[in-house]
Amino acid sequence: MAHLKPVPDPTPPPEGGDRPSIEQLQRDATVLRINCVRMLAVAKSGHLDSSLSSADIVAALYYRVLRHDPKNPRWPERDRFVLSKGHAAPIQYAALAEHGYFPHKDLMGLRSIGSHLQGHPDMNRTPGIEVSTGSLGQGLSMSVGICLALRLDGLADTAHTFCLMSDGDCQEGESWEGAAAAAHYEIPNITAIVDYNHLQTDGTTEEVMDTGDVRAKFEAFGWDSVEIDGHDMNQVVEALERSRTLDKPAAIVAQTKKGRGVSLMEGRFGFHGKPPTPEQADQALDELEATLAEQTSSLEAAGS
Amino acid sequence: MAPEAKTEPTATRQAYGQALVDLGEAHEEVVALDADLAVSTQSMKFGKEYPDRFFNCGAAEAGMMSMACGLAATGKVPYASTFAIFATSRAYDQVRLGIAHNELKVRIGASHGGVSLGEDGASHQMIEDIALMRAMPKMQVVVPADYNQAYRAVIESYEGNDGPMYMRFGRPNTPIVYDDIPETLGSGVDVLREGKDISIFVCGHMVWRALEAAKTLEEEDGIEAEVVNVAIIKPLAGEAVLESLAKTGLAVTAEEHRVVGGLADAVREVAAEQHPVPVFAVGMGDEFGVSGTAEACMEHFGLTASGIIDRAREALVNKPIVSHPPIKRAGW
Ligand SMILES: Cc1ncc(C[n+]2csc(CCOP(=O)(O)OP(=O)(O)O)c2C)c(N)n1
Ligand SMILES: [Mg+2]
Repeated sequence: MAHLKPVPDPTPPPEGGDRPSIEQLQRDATVLRINCVRMLAVAKSGHLDSSLSSADIVAALYYRVLRHDPKNPRWPERDRFVLSKGHAAPIQYAALAEHGYFPHKDLMGLRSIGSHLQGHPDMNRTPGIEVSTGSLGQGLSMSVGICLALRLDGLADTAHTFCLMSDGDCQEGESWEGAAAAAHYEIPNITAIVDYNHLQTDGTTEEVMDTGDVRAKFEAFGWDSVEIDGHDMNQVVEALERSRTLDKPAAIVAQTKKGRGVSLMEGRFGFHGKPPTPEQADQALDELEATLAEQTSSLEAAGS
Repeated sequence: MAPEAKTEPTATRQAYGQALVDLGEAHEEVVALDADLAVSTQSMKFGKEYPDRFFNCGAAEAGMMSMACGLAATGKVPYASTFAIFATSRAYDQVRLGIAHNELKVRIGASHGGVSLGEDGASHQMIEDIALMRAMPKMQVVVPADYNQAYRAVIESYEGNDGPMYMRFGRPNTPIVYDDIPETLGSGVDVLREGKDISIFVCGHMVWRALEAAKTLEEEDGIEAEVVNVAIIKPLAGEAVLESLAKTGLAVTAEEHRVVGGLADAVREVAAEQHPVPVFAVGMGDEFGVSGTAEACMEHFGLTASGIIDRAREALVNKPIVSHPPIKRAGW
């Protein structure tokens, strides 16, 4: 079975400190996606399409935007990443493992007794997790709290907090309490990214509980608010990097597709919280590995 | 409607879905709400049959409970469902003031209770809901043992009194304890197996395990354990608990829940005041859940037949030689 083969190497770390290019980030996102499929194929449990939806955003953050040090996960000046949509834990675990926060082989223990990789992120078990999440709606207020503490510590100009949210997060009232608090306390070092894939557990967001114009809602709460294509790496990086230069809270509403990169589930209802069958995993890996091969060869061509 | 009893292991949440549809057919004022977990809680079944009377609130549990309050205050009988964790801890204030304080006929269908929810882990495993709901004034607490009893519990929840009610259901398929759909839950305290040496008070997913434990205790230790299924934890039929305690003079409780505030304490309250005998508990200590398969999680926390057996043996060693007659007290 393809999902038991070794995981391909991510883009090697840049020499001379150059930040990875857009093309490299695209390839990194594919590596993260492959990790997610493998993890879930082994765990036979978890949220694959939710993780794939966030892969480009998470790759842009971990490989380029975040100032972090895998050797010193508690470095006080680091940027913070809060996964408010905690059920997408596999994508964060993949990014953490690829950066050496913990051994890569740990990924295969996902969701099993004795593994530190819980179904939802747990700050007391897994290095690199800032706060435990899993109950939708809490991440944004937690991020506001982090930013208030950073301000007290004189780090507001240095350390930025990025909070990744979902449709479901935007339905929870608490998210809007957090949005109000960030504006009220004039927090400049917070970015909320909404992985707006229009699908949730029971159907499309429009059917279940329409969240409407999320960009305009954040704006009405006093945030800088933009909408982007959450799978266009140029737009993702540009929006994230711009957000940290602003002097007010910044929202990025990323239009995404659930299951992105795996055609059998991309944009389709019916896969939430369902692990791939072995056949689906193999099909997904064939597709992602073909994508990876293409990305690798075009990177090599550009490099030569 | 002719309810169909199950014989194969079935999840109690499926009984919730089926009974809800049957109630919906019989009673126009029955409405259902969910918070983006309708497929999991099974309330989607009702939603498909009666789309006009079904309200999906999205991931917004607090608002859902207040909406249920409004619906009940305006003459409907709302069944509001989500995972036990979100129904209680997320929406506690809304349930407390909007539903319990107003003594409204709202039925909370809380699925995925306990650690047998499995892989999602600590963030989703609700292990103190019975305690929270038991402590809440006016709230009734029902924890059925299997599909067949759960079906009856939901049907009776409509026919019963007008106060608020919390019902806990489970995620995994669970062995059947009741051969048929019982006529009634009765007092909610049901002796499933008679015995004279020790009482095992048990609820929910632990009931079939307690029956296995009792069998082993008989075969290996020659001990006659009495297995008492407590499906209605509040209001507790104290007389029935007392009757068993008086007979055996010793008890073990078993629940997929913290030992604090749950079935253990409910039984201990009766025992301490009226018939002080040792009551040992099987349940979760001062700890959160963990990710794993349902069975692995149950084993991890000793929520198994052998966990009950170990505790029963420990209790039997400590059984007082002299037993005092119970103190009679009127009213519970
Ligand atoms: C407070 C709360 N309610 C319910 C859930 C159960 N739940 C997990 S994911 C999810 C919705 C998934 O859809 P979405 O939020 O859009 O995330 P996506 O996977 O699409 O990114 C729900 C309701 C939860 N985790 N937290
Ligand atoms: Mg979504």
